[in-house]
Amino acid sequence: MVKLDVDLGNGLILKNPVMTASGTFGYGEEYNDFYDINILGGVIVKGTTLHHREGNNYPRMTETPMGMLNAVGLQNKGVDYFISEIYPRIKQFNTNMLVNVSGSTIDEYIATAKKLNDLDEIPAIELNISCPNVKEGGMAFGTSCPSAVAVVSAVRKVYKKHLMVKLSPNVTNITEIAKGVEEAGADSVSLINTLLGMAIDAEKRKPLLSTVTGGLSGPAVKPIALRMVWQVSQVVKIPVVGLGGISNATDAIEFMLAGAKAIQVGTANFIDPTVCVKIIEGITDYMIRHNVLNINDLVGDLQM
Amino acid sequence: MKKNIDIFEIIANNRLNHEYVVLELALKGKELPEMHPGQFVQVKVDNTPATFLRRPISIHDVDYKKGIIKLLIQEVGEGTRWMGQLKEGDFLNLVYPLGNWFKLPKSEKVLLVGGGCGVAPLLFLGRVLKANGIKPRFLIGAKNKEYLIGLNEYEELGEVFKTTEDGSAGTKGYVIHHPVMKTQTPDFDTVYTCGPDAMMKVIAKYAESHNIECQVSLENTMACGIGACLCCVTATTDGNKCTCIDGPVFDSKLLKW
Ligand SMILES: Cc1cc2nc3c(=O)[nH]c(=O)nc-3n(C[C@H](O)[C@H](O)[C@H](O)COP(=O)(O)OP(=O)(O)OC[C@H]3O[C@@H](n4cnc5c(N)ncnc54)[C@H](O)[C@@H]3O)c2cc1C
Ligand SMILES: Cc1cc2nc3c(=O)[nH]c(=O)nc-3n(C[C@H](O)[C@H](O)[C@H](O)COP(=O)(O)O)c2cc1C
Ligand code: FES
Repeated sequence: MVKLDVDLGNGLILKNPVMTASGTFGYGEEYNDFYDINILGGVIVKGTTLHHREGNNYPRMTETPMGMLNAVGLQNKGVDYFISEIYPRIKQFNTNMLVNVSGSTIDEYIATAKKLNDLDEIPAIELNISCPNVKEGGMAFGTSCPSAVAVVSAVRKVYKKHLMVKLSPNVTNITEIAKGVEEAGADSVSLINTLLGMAIDAEKRKPLLSTVTGGLSGPAVKPIALRMVWQVSQVVKIPVVGLGGISNATDAIEFMLAGAKAIQVGTANFIDPTVCVKIIEGITDYMIRHNVLNINDLVGDLQM
Repeated sequence: MKKNIDIFEIIANNRLNHEYVVLELALKGKELPEMHPGQFVQVKVDNTPATFLRRPISIHDVDYKKGIIKLLIQEVGEGTRWMGQLKEGDFLNLVYPLGNWFKLPKSEKVLLVGGGCGVAPLLFLGRVLKANGIKPRFLIGAKNKEYLIGLNEYEELGEVFKTTEDGSAGTKGYVIHHPVMKTQTPDFDTVYTCGPDAMMKVIAKYAESHNIECQVSLENTMACGIGACLCCVTATTDGNKCTCIDGPVFDSKLLKW
């Protein structure tokens, strides 16, 4: 048997490196008809904010070559609703349920993180400082180093469990921000969030999204994500969680070779709701074929 | 309702005209789960870069005994054109059955109004209504005679009223111009409708002004189809709702459109 478990530090241990990405896997329940989601290393639930948010107007999504643009805009019913209505339903899952946290101000991030710190069955939060789809806050925090550092330091003071920080690719130098976030106390970084993009209907001469611009995801972004994961893993000591376009086990292995200790699968779940089962099996097959007994030996093992 | 992912075999592709086909799909070695009219399937399109996401398609008809479902496809783009050229023996990967469904009416007086490809869920609905002792009446609108196709199946279930934009068959104009919709004392208490938003809005307005229940089926663009991504929302009096799980069928009075 190969050893698949990975330790991301500060109490976050995954039975295998495969997690699902925020905003693409609901609260996990949506996929439980297709397979037992307890086989996953972790599930990162929808973006959660202090207050209820209606999100952006329809249309919020358009397909693009090998990818999609979305402008959901963090629609959610707020952290209190999550705690009273959703948490009781999902806490019995036997996998790591992480909450993705977003906010418009540092105080909102702090207040939300504080409330989540008290939930026994939530071992970690993923701080989203990289959402391109909200007017204020969101990506604004993650695209400048001082503000990224400020929000992570502030949340670190109130959140004691594993703090994963999700980085924006919409920056000139992602390594600088990764280093800043590490110094500010993050336990791990995940990357990438969506890339800012745009699509136009030429016949109607109109933008295809109500917000004009939106976030690009799917296989189209994979080479960029892979490059950023590789660059960041060269400069930080904390674990790097890689995502962006991962659709099969080979993609997942590539991210791990580039330096990711764990990976997330997002958009690919829409095309094949059982894709994560296949990725976990495929990683095992790869390890057997390459005679790798411990998944950790693959991390960063890029032969140059 | 439990969602499934299964591979179906195409057992027939009946071309109705240059734009429409009916695909007959068989599930082998397994019983079909229960499905309801108004629900849809998510079809995996294999798999050019431009047809990356699944395509939502209404369940057009179901035969549980034979293990067959039918899909009515209008070819509007690359994905639906790909479906249109599928042949007997080809396979199709479906996630199904998805979404909510049309509710049974309060009285027996119903009208099912479909425009263009919007007739797709109404055949299955008519069949289920009939099985519940309610005689469906259909009002079907099309561009011209050439698009009024496959009507014998609807006629087997109940009366069929027709309109065409050019008057080449039935009443000339849109569905709203048909005499059944123009009377001041309509002879139905529930109207079910699916088709272009513009058509459904007019029907909904008519229904609301006559105190008639109106159930509309929306066709918002979707990514996941299972309530996980929140891409498919429609604005309602109760905030944004997902068309894929809270819909596609909505009471017209709840919609802010
Ligand atoms: C719940 C639901 C049920 C549906 N049932 C059926 C059905 O039974 N039969 C059927 O043929 N189609 C149905 N549709 C519409 C169908 O999903 C789209 O026509 C299809 O996704 C278009 O894919 P494409 O690759 O052919 O076209 P694309 O290349 O994606 O688009 C081509 C053109 O079609 C338009 N289009 C794309 N998606 C939609 C959409 N969802 N609704 C309307 N126009 C769209 C685009 O704006 C574009 O102009 C349904 C949609 C929904 C949401
Ligand atoms: C519909 C949709 C909604 C998303 N919502 C969130 C979110 O709420 N919070 C977040 O941090 N990332 C969100 N993301 C970004 C994904 O988690 C992920 O970073 C991105 O899609 C790249 O991975 P992928 O190519 O595997 O999808 C969303 C992505 C999509 C497609
Ligand atoms: S299409 Fe994903 S929530 Fe409806």
